[in-house]
Amino acid sequence: MEHNVAASRLQGTGAHALELEGVARHFGALVALTGINMRIAPGERRAVLGSNGAGKTTLFNTVTGDFLPTAGRIRFFGEDITELAPHERIRRGLRRTYQISQLFTNLSVLDSIYLACRGVSRRRFSLLRPSVSDPNMAQAESIMHAVHLDADRDKLVGTLSHGQQRQLEIALALAGAPRFILFDEPAAGLSPTERRDLVAILNALPKYIGYIIIEHDLDVALRVSEYVSMMHNGKLFKEGTPEEIENDPMVQEIYLGGGHG
Amino acid sequence: MSNVAFSETGPARKNWVERLGIGHILLALFLLIYPLIASDFFLTTIGGYSMVLGMIALSLMLLAGYGGMVSLAQMTIAGIAAYVIAIFGENNSNVHGFGWPWWIAAPLGIFLAAVFSALFGWIAVRTEGIYTIMITLAIATAAFYFAQQNYTLFNGFPGYSGLRAPEAFGVYWREPVPFYYLCLSCAVIAYAAVLYGSRSTFGLTLQAIRDNPRRMRAIGYDVTAHKVFAWFLAGIIAGTAGVLLAWFNGRISPGTISVGPAINILIIAIIGGLRHPIGPFVGAVVVVLMQTFAIDIVGAERFNTLIGLFFLVIVFISPDGILGLWDRFKPAPDRDSWHSRPDGTGV
Repeated sequence: MEHNVAASRLQGTGAHALELEGVARHFGALVALTGINMRIAPGERRAVLGSNGAGKTTLFNTVTGDFLPTAGRIRFFGEDITELAPHERIRRGLRRTYQISQLFTNLSVLDSIYLACRGVSRRRFSLLRPSVSDPNMAQAESIMHAVHLDADRDKLVGTLSHGQQRQLEIALALAGAPRFILFDEPAAGLSPTERRDLVAILNALPKYIGYIIIEHDLDVALRVSEYVSMMHNGKLFKEGTPEEIENDPMVQEIYLGGGHG
Repeated sequence: MSNVAFSETGPARKNWVERLGIGHILLALFLLIYPLIASDFFLTTIGGYSMVLGMIALSLMLLAGYGGMVSLAQMTIAGIAAYVIAIFGENNSNVHGFGWPWWIAAPLGIFLAAVFSALFGWIAVRTEGIYTIMITLAIATAAFYFAQQNYTLFNGFPGYSGLRAPEAFGVYWREPVPFYYLCLSCAVIAYAAVLYGSRSTFGLTLQAIRDNPRRMRAIGYDVTAHKVFAWFLAGIIAGTAGVLLAWFNGRISPGTISVGPAINILIIAIIGGLRHPIGPFVGAVVVVLMQTFAIDIVGAERFNTLIGLFFLVIVFISPDGILGLWDRFKPAPDRDSWHSRPDGTGV
């Protein structure tokens, strides 16, 4: 599979799921991202690793439109989305999760997922209550099942455990026919059992859904990705397969510590 | 909290008594027979006026309770509808008064109020929290001074008088009993619409935006557009109340939309409670009763002090207003029933 991904990356033909070209983001004098070039094929699953402050989350925020890049272009399935509002990018099939859960604490689990499904469909301004036959509701039920939250469907999100809230984070990203997802440390704070569940959920995603995962837990990151990009000080400095990255002396020195492996 | 509305395997379908809730039915019965036991004064000056103020406060509850946007401009929005009635309908101020029939002037007033509400919202949604309060206070203050100083359109300080409620279907709707039922009908429709709408797709969207606007953007929602639409809907409710207010007072002047009345609406909403659409009406009844009878207790110079002290006590004891007190003291199994439940039965 790695070879296929690498081949599709090298071909350079056809639209990439995500293409970053010279992307930079500055906060005053602080250079959070600089010269980011990245091409990700449709269906590719990429891990982005790096120490804290390397610019990983800023990279996500730039792709989703939370921040506009200071320089560079971003293309999503061939379309230039650099200037698009965040919600417009979402409607084109881009999704994300957050490092710190961003949820609707006073809504129920089912309502939250339903809204996520509805967000990319028509009639978002409907003043009618959703009916049992609403296809978005059926999709919400299905996603709720996929992330193992069936038993908590009517619980208020604010009353869920941390692990359940992380599962809901993923559920919101899966809603409404995503084509590409940005997972920002989805395993943060999860127990070993919950991490195993997370890996199972990610590996069970349909093959056409590609993603980038930021994850400090290498056991998780390398098991769910086909290709790895390393970031340091706002730059991409190394790319390769999980095995190459894990065995790279420079990576071990900078990110994993000299004694690793 | 059972989400029966969405559940295919949920409990058996409820009958209409269970769906409405016994509290709603008892309240409706009382309000329907109220004219039999109340004097004309209690029908209009207490009953009708409470419902008008309650509707304006309801429009604030919609924005603040569901949308997290505390507005001080709701009285201004109601005032716009009242001024439209005065300008396009009949008045005896010899300024404008185009004499359009009520069935054109009233809907036009409500529509323009909603449009201006959306405009105010479009300005205000760029801010959050205390800044929304400040910007809407600025809008209310600017509107007050503009209306007071502009004689071409608003007839300045005296405003317009001689506004008449319609005579339709053989009834003069400013008579105590018809006016009471007119206000009751509008209030019930507005209340039911907000209660139903709180569980609609848009209602859920608004509450989700209140909880986390950033996440809403990240699941495909144009947060600004949804907030502005909420202001438009709130404008319909406040505008309807503004029309009734014009008919109730028979006049509209800048004093009606000054800063004092604007803050009164916030006080009404907070005293009643912002968690459920019944709260603004409870607050309106309490405040109108106090405004009417506090003078008898403490004299004309102190009645505002009494209202202020009551406000402080309520906020101190129960940040959720009288609804919060009700929740605290009623029997445990019924607690939290004032929340908007998924199936819409909230009493």
